[in-house]
Amino acid sequence: MKNPLESLHTTIVLGLVLTVVMVLIINAMYS
Amino acid sequence: MHIDPAYWTFFFRWLHIMSGVMWIGLLWYFNFVQIPSMPKIPDAEKPAISKVIAPAALFWFRWGAMSTIITGLIEAYLNGYLTDAIAFGLTNHSIQATRIGFGMWLGTIMWFNVWFVIWPNQKKALGIVQVGPDEKKAAGRTAMLFSRINTMLSIPMLYAMASASHLPM
Repeated sequence: MKNPLESLHTTIVLGLVLTVVMVLIINAMYS
Repeated sequence: MHIDPAYWTFFFRWLHIMSGVMWIGLLWYFNFVQIPSMPKIPDAEKPAISKVIAPAALFWFRWGAMSTIITGLIEAYLNGYLTDAIAFGLTNHSIQATRIGFGMWLGTIMWFNVWFVIWPNQKKALGIVQVGPDEKKAAGRTAMLFSRINTMLSIPMLYAMASASHLPM
């Protein structure tokens, strides 16, 4: 199976997803 | 001449930002420009990249990473939030320390990848360290994939760094 990080577009999408996850975690810590 | 201590925190922030621009700018150059362009370059002209441009870019890339982490740690220490940020703000219940903590940890993982994965493998891939053809190919792929990991991590890292200072509490 091809590594998703071989695609630059997928890399950027994964980075954006990680950003959303991080923001949700931080918000949950302070809710 | 007396210099206000607050000036030094600003001074190291300035150095930190300049170093970070050098590091992440070159990271994005590798991933957005150099790696996608290599297949389009004729084999006879590839050494211009692999023997001249890439080694020079990698020099400023890895020392930019080193300078970024050192000036960042100094800045965090001078601002008084170093330990709270390392603990993700759990020690002082500060959302700003939590945000900068995420940025610091992501940046630290990226710095580790640069110095202990990407650079050692790039030395093999570029022929700075002599290895067999199979190991050379494998080293190039490992360096590329960890460079991609850093590109991925740079997106939440920069969000965390910027939000710590610029998002409301």
